[in-house]
Amino acid sequence: MSILGTRVIRTEDPRLLTSGGVYVDDLREPELAGAVRATFVRSPVAHALITGIDASAALEQPGVVAVLTVADMTDLPEPPPVEPPADDAPPAEGPVPLGPPWSEPLLAVDRVRFVGEPVALVLTDSTYQGEDAAELVSVDYEQLPAVASIDAALAGESLLYPDAGTNVCTQGLGECTDDSIFAGCEVIVEGDVVNQRVACLPMEGRSTAAAFVNGKLTVWTSTQNAQISRLILTAIGLPPEAIRVVAPDVGGGFGAKIGVDRESIIIAWAAKHVGRPVRWVETRSENLLAMTQGRAQRHHIKIGGSRDGHIKAYRLDVIQDTGAYARMSGFLPMLTNLMAPGVYDIPAVQAGYKVVLTNATPIAAYRGAGRPEAAATIERAVDWFASEAGVDPAVVRKLNFIQPEQFPFVTKTGAPYDTGDYEAALDKVLVAADYEGLREQQQRRRDAGDTRQLGIGLASYVEITAADAGAGETAKVEVHDNGTATVYTGSSAHGQGHHTAFAMIVTAELGIPMDKIEVIHGDTDLIPDGIGTYASRSLQLGGSAVQKAAIEVKDEAARKAADLFEAAESDVELDSETGMWHIKGDPDKSLTWSQVASAADEGLIVANVRFTADRPTFPFGTHLSLVEVDTETGKVTLLRHVTADDAGPVLNPILLDGQRHGGIAQGAAQALCEEILYDVDGNPLTSTLADYAAITAAELPSFELLRSETPTPLNPMGVKGIGEAGTIGATPAVHNAVIDAVSYLGVRHIDMPMTPERVWTAIQQAKVSAQ
Amino acid sequence: MKVELTVNGKDITADVEDRTLLVHFLRDTADLTATNIGCDTTSCGACTVLLDGESIKSCTVLAAQADGRSVTTLEGLASDTGEMHPVQRAFHTEHGLQCGYCTPGMVMAIVSMLKENPSPTEAEVREGLEGNICRCTGYHNIVQAALTAAAAIGAQEAAQ
Repeated sequence: MSILGTRVIRTEDPRLLTSGGVYVDDLREPELAGAVRATFVRSPVAHALITGIDASAALEQPGVVAVLTVADMTDLPEPPPVEPPADDAPPAEGPVPLGPPWSEPLLAVDRVRFVGEPVALVLTDSTYQGEDAAELVSVDYEQLPAVASIDAALAGESLLYPDAGTNVCTQGLGECTDDSIFAGCEVIVEGDVVNQRVACLPMEGRSTAAAFVNGKLTVWTSTQNAQISRLILTAIGLPPEAIRVVAPDVGGGFGAKIGVDRESIIIAWAAKHVGRPVRWVETRSENLLAMTQGRAQRHHIKIGGSRDGHIKAYRLDVIQDTGAYARMSGFLPMLTNLMAPGVYDIPAVQAGYKVVLTNATPIAAYRGAGRPEAAATIERAVDWFASEAGVDPAVVRKLNFIQPEQFPFVTKTGAPYDTGDYEAALDKVLVAADYEGLREQQQRRRDAGDTRQLGIGLASYVEITAADAGAGETAKVEVHDNGTATVYTGSSAHGQGHHTAFAMIVTAELGIPMDKIEVIHGDTDLIPDGIGTYASRSLQLGGSAVQKAAIEVKDEAARKAADLFEAAESDVELDSETGMWHIKGDPDKSLTWSQVASAADEGLIVANVRFTADRPTFPFGTHLSLVEVDTETGKVTLLRHVTADDAGPVLNPILLDGQRHGGIAQGAAQALCEEILYDVDGNPLTSTLADYAAITAAELPSFELLRSETPTPLNPMGVKGIGEAGTIGATPAVHNAVIDAVSYLGVRHIDMPMTPERVWTAIQQAKVSAQ
Repeated sequence: MKVELTVNGKDITADVEDRTLLVHFLRDTADLTATNIGCDTTSCGACTVLLDGESIKSCTVLAAQADGRSVTTLEGLASDTGEMHPVQRAFHTEHGLQCGYCTPGMVMAIVSMLKENPSPTEAEVREGLEGNICRCTGYHNIVQAALTAAAAIGAQEAAQ
């Protein structure tokens, strides 16, 4: 029996559980001996001109090695020139990098655009000295009016980039004004849905160490992709071959560690500039100010259909708050537009977007990156529509699902869905949760006028994984003459369990035991070419590459074995259970991997591959949330969360479920409690974990997970991604559940996060309206 | 100032700045890096260690306050022969960790919790872990690991 699909506990764990991981701050590499500590001086104001920097007091402090500002960055190369667009070029759409006048500096030049923006760098012998000295760097700011909201950005009274003449940096071409698509709709719902700004919050913040020795720069950094980080780091004026990037253990990423941020580039530059190794490990307060955040979209929706629940038309108009720098340009709202209609076959769909700049922390990918926003809003809209039409939300979903026989299916927004069976996933959840029974319980509590009301929320989602399937992933598999194997992968683990998963794939193909397989990632000297981990791409691209390399190794080994047996290649076979080579029909004659590899050049059989897929894959599922709402206080308790997810065949159920658990918690957290807040002057109000309401074990139940396995034809294992499905399904399920609990009071919508205050206020407003 | 601590059974004497936090003493002076720092407001619990057998957040205790006392970190939890503590073992079998960053603090918090309450309910485990944040696991398998460890410790004690 193959190991694939079985429960295998992680090979990574014993080390992490006994001596702890080795994160950047734990590195004791000889190159980092005597490393100076880096402390950033950050802007305390949201929007200002810098009129002077005086470091003299800081420089007199004990242990201060240097205080560096943009004036010291004279040894940086000019950025490559940006071709100006032709006069008749259409407006930019999609993820084009934004050049002048929108470009982002390393250290601030003459203007700061968000609280937390790096202005100067203090290098000291110890951490405490750095904190003391950074306090003494005196920066003069001439404050400018802050753009602290989407509305302020659109008003354009204060501009972040005066040369650009607008705060709108890019927009999609989708037209959201043609109302004719709603003609003939008996039920129409229109409104705003906010997908609030949240923190990505990996438990290890950003951290980077760098050493420049004999013309070679080594950078150890907490990243989701060492190879992309290396390309970004060439900004300091070194060619890629003069840079080695190492990703040691990485304490979570969730999208915010794709590549490296400007701080890490500055650290790399500083190590080269001062000729000493430098280490930077951010504090949580810095992390909540300056690590990229997620979501931050305001949607205007209109949905219409027939009284019996058929949806005829849907419009999604997105405004993306991208913060002070447009790190991802239009990429996130473009994905939101692409996934706008979700799992439904809607005859007419309009979707568009605008990206606006605000004096806030830059926005980038966060677990789902543009797709959770789409699912959150279509699922909210469908419930809203169902409620207006007076039809059960489960029934409305079934009436409008894309049907299994319609796949492959291209949506009205152009998403090429591969495979799916949406109704099957919904039915699984309805049965497991006892939907009918829950509705009866809900009715009994309503009839009894209970102060604690039940709410049942559904969300049926589809999402896009490995969106950049064509970029693929690399793998190298080696079998050595001692019978062990080494896997080099361009994919980059930071908690997902790649070492276990990829070793399982190799053991399944080659029969070499798991404990004789080493998996290596995240070192550009060993793996110069790779893409990394994001967008739920690792197993379907990275895993497929490992499998492809293992098969090539097996083919090469078959030739060696045939030579050794003095037999035809077609007459030898590998027993993948035992890892022994045989002549077919003669089990007594056998060769070990060690013997076969010994016959190869240098005692090594190796295959170096890249696997690419033609298109992304589209996993799907349904989540059901059961909540209790205290109608006197507005407090929400999440009682149950039941999901049926389908990401194709399962490699290792514990890794699959681990991804689902984490995603559900983050998704529920967005619905219930987490939000990054600013005041009207752009001052952050949630810059510590005492203020930011990160979800805890006490606010969550254990989750009830069901699954199905619909394979995709797009890779040999038939697998899709699961890393982001949890956040995508959970947020709208919890959101809908809370509103369902109080809908009988007349509440139609509450924006996230549904804090007790918001829920209580919505109940009071509904009571007033009813009078 | 001079402090003397027993860390994982070993005496360590050092001259430290008065303001040195215990977590920095453990990481920088004792060179024990399993204990991580996850916040600056005593909110996340990544730095949880045992001080005289009870869990504390080592980012909120000065090394000076631990003078003359005994500290246990993750590195000191396994037996002398290297056998994992039942809580460590349960984290492994229940897949109670992903990136591993909150794990040392979570494990130490649960070791302390199970000393106080050897057979907690799921609700008690969840309440007890309110001061430890994990961003990867959704807590599901951490809670399961705590319950599995409680059962294992109970069975071990019954057998003795």
